[in-house]
Amino acid sequence: MSDTILETEGLTKEFRGFVAVSDVDLRVRRGTIHGLIGPNGAGKTTCFNLLTKFLQPTRGTIRYDGRDITGKKPAEVARLGLVRSFQISAVFPHLTVLENVRVALQRQRGGSFDFWRSETLLRQYDDRAMALLEDVGIAPYAHLQAGELPYGRKRALEIATTLALDPVMMLLDEPTAGMAHEDVDRIVALVKRVSAGRTVLLVEHNLRVVAGLCDTITVLTRGRVLAEGDYASVSRNPEVIAAYLGTEADKVGVPQHV
Amino acid sequence: MAENLLLQALSGLASASSLFLVAAGLTVIFGVTRIVNFAHGSLYMLGAYLAWTLVTALPRGPLGFWGGVLGAALLVGLIGVLVEVLLLRRIYRAPELFQLLATFGVVLIVQDLALLVWGPQDLLGPRAPGLRGSVEILGLRFPLYDLFLIAVGPAVLGLLLLLFHRTRWGTLVRAATQDREMVGALGVNQRLLFTSVFFLGACLAGLGGALQLPRESVNLHMDLAIIVEAFVVVVVGGLGSLVGAFLAALLIGELHAFGILVFPRITLVLVFLVMAVVLVLRPHGLLGRPPEAPPAGAGGAEPPLRPAPPALRRLGAAALAAAVLLPPFADAYALSVLTEMAIFVLFAASLHFIMGPGGMASFGHAAYFGLGAYAAALLAKWAAAPMAAGLLLAPFAAGLFGLLFGWFCVRLSGVYAAMLTLAFAQIAWSVAFQWVEVTGGDNGILGVWPDAWAADPLAYYYLTLAFCLGATLLLRRVLHAPFGYALRAQRDSPLRAEALGVDAFQVRWLAFSLAALAAGIAGGFFAYAKGSVFPTALSIPRSVDALLMVLLGGVRTLSGPIVGAIAFTGLQEQLMRLVELWRLALGAVIVALVLFFPQGLAGAARAAYERRHGPAGA
Repeated sequence: MSDTILETEGLTKEFRGFVAVSDVDLRVRRGTIHGLIGPNGAGKTTCFNLLTKFLQPTRGTIRYDGRDITGKKPAEVARLGLVRSFQISAVFPHLTVLENVRVALQRQRGGSFDFWRSETLLRQYDDRAMALLEDVGIAPYAHLQAGELPYGRKRALEIATTLALDPVMMLLDEPTAGMAHEDVDRIVALVKRVSAGRTVLLVEHNLRVVAGLCDTITVLTRGRVLAEGDYASVSRNPEVIAAYLGTEADKVGVPQHV
Repeated sequence: MAENLLLQALSGLASASSLFLVAAGLTVIFGVTRIVNFAHGSLYMLGAYLAWTLVTALPRGPLGFWGGVLGAALLVGLIGVLVEVLLLRRIYRAPELFQLLATFGVVLIVQDLALLVWGPQDLLGPRAPGLRGSVEILGLRFPLYDLFLIAVGPAVLGLLLLLFHRTRWGTLVRAATQDREMVGALGVNQRLLFTSVFFLGACLAGLGGALQLPRESVNLHMDLAIIVEAFVVVVVGGLGSLVGAFLAALLIGELHAFGILVFPRITLVLVFLVMAVVLVLRPHGLLGRPPEAPPAGAGGAEPPLRPAPPALRRLGAAALAAAVLLPPFADAYALSVLTEMAIFVLFAASLHFIMGPGGMASFGHAAYFGLGAYAAALLAKWAAAPMAAGLLLAPFAAGLFGLLFGWFCVRLSGVYAAMLTLAFAQIAWSVAFQWVEVTGGDNGILGVWPDAWAADPLAYYYLTLAFCLGATLLLRRVLHAPFGYALRAQRDSPLRAEALGVDAFQVRWLAFSLAALAAGIAGGFFAYAKGSVFPTALSIPRSVDALLMVLLGGVRTLSGPIVGAIAFTGLQEQLMRLVELWRLALGAVIVALVLFFPQGLAGAARAAYERRHGPAGA
């Protein structure tokens, strides 16, 4: 088993001449939490969508667990254990919270094409689904319609749904975007907890989140990799500071805590 | 030979012009209001009728003729404004299928009103003064009026483009076509804009109809004939694109002209085939763009499926008991109505299956009902097969075509999907209609009677009830199976479903095919219940029947289609028996339903119940 689980080579995405992601070589080590950060418009989300196959790269290859997944469909990579979450809350609004998680759990049975089975078959997943909801702290809302949940709890449900697939590697798209402080801490703790035995790649804007969480951080600006390393080294990199604050590094000094 | 081809091409251009006038109005209206106006063909027909009245009433001569034509166009424009203000203005936010249905209600109303005013006979108008003769082209005679029509199309296109690009109003219309909300946010009076756009679109339809006066007789079938072709033109050109509509009108006009030379039997099939190919290659038409927002499912916001409240269960049990116990005391007529109800319950449930939980729009579900009916009838006619074989073949045939057509249809969403399903249904209809040797064409297939053991109406009723109700309950079970959850998941959030590893395309495809299969069962029983099959079994009105049943009952509840099918069958039966102008009455019912019961009967009943007793099943 190789040490690298996800690897890109020369990953490039152009939108009608605009280069959103340019020649990115990324290596994510197995079992680590890897952060992908950068200022607005750095190409984080495009990069993320390329990795999860929601966008097709213009050039370059993506290898996951030793196999080339460049030409695969999103549903296919999901079945290989590479599972993503969404930045805009993507829950199934017209199913209950519990059913949302159960739809993910039923995937373990293979395809969801058995239309002749009865619903009792799905009850076996109720306990596991409740446990997952417990995990992310929304068990009391299990029978509510998912569309009625407030924003922060939708994010929690989103993570519970992702976890339900028991992914080998999780890709989280700004899991704390738009959250209040105490919610952020809860999600950080949650990600840390569920990362045991998995690999996590998360895109973040909030540096406070990556500081305590990530083993490795890759900084993107204007579609290119600017720096890579642990938080300490990356946060002291003058180019990174300049990119984030938009000024010359020496004039700003190094922030202690961003 | 070459001369013939040239003349054929010219006459194709002339038809393309009229087609373009209608399609242009349709596409401009859609671009701004996002409404697919089924009644556009009715406006075209009204244009022709009004022109006939005006031209024959006004003094003869160029002034009377052209004044009559323009006057008719303006009058139709005013009628369009009336429709917009009274009806459409209230349903701009409703789901697409509701809007389609409401405008179809207008179609029915206009049909009966035209029958009242102008009578059932075809009306012939005078020739156009100054354009009566013909010119000689390569030694063959070509009507002068057709040459004039050929010029009208590009001229109107040019004027419209000038209007849209050189005036402030036109700029607003183009802006609204791109982003309606933004234009509203900028403080533009949307009501006025929408109404004026509707006026323009209706005028164009009226003009198109009025200009047909010297070419063909005016009759009551003009509306549906033109609207289906105009839909094809608009969808092939790309909804909202004027130039696209022009190109598509040329394409379809020429296709008709040459299709008659090459394949006189299957011109209709050819047209819809071209549309299907275009939509598969370019899902938004030749010059169309993808819609701004991903279209929501047909039902809009939808509560999760819950077990029925006890009161509803008791009611259902009582209805079932009545359906089983009472028929022995019913007369032959009541039995035939009850049998039909059982069949339509399944038909409606199968459509609801893809519309509600599947989130797919279908405007051609009758195709699968009719294919099932034809499969059973053809087997009985050509192989003298026993009834059981026919009833068995029906779902297989329908399911097979569901797989085939569905493979194309489920790729699209919203209006485009609805139009593609309509196209496939029309292909099936035109085959049944035009392939006279095999299907009997308009005369249908007669003598499809049940075998001796089921010949008694009561026995046949019980057989139908058992199979149709059984299949309906099976469909309900599917919705609660793992597949049902996957189906609802992909409707709610296609992206999320993909990320969970649910293959949305395959799920939708399978659901579409299952619904087709179920409709096929209903169709098979229908054939043997009636003893005959006609092309109407897969026509647009039959598809609309199914939609009406689902929407009458309410798309958001599982019991909706059942209630809707029973209510609709009963209503239509009574209307046709008691009311002379049943189309008018039915159209009024549809319009009232869309305006006042957007949740359907079952939905409204449930809401009323929950207001009194709190959320059901919680």
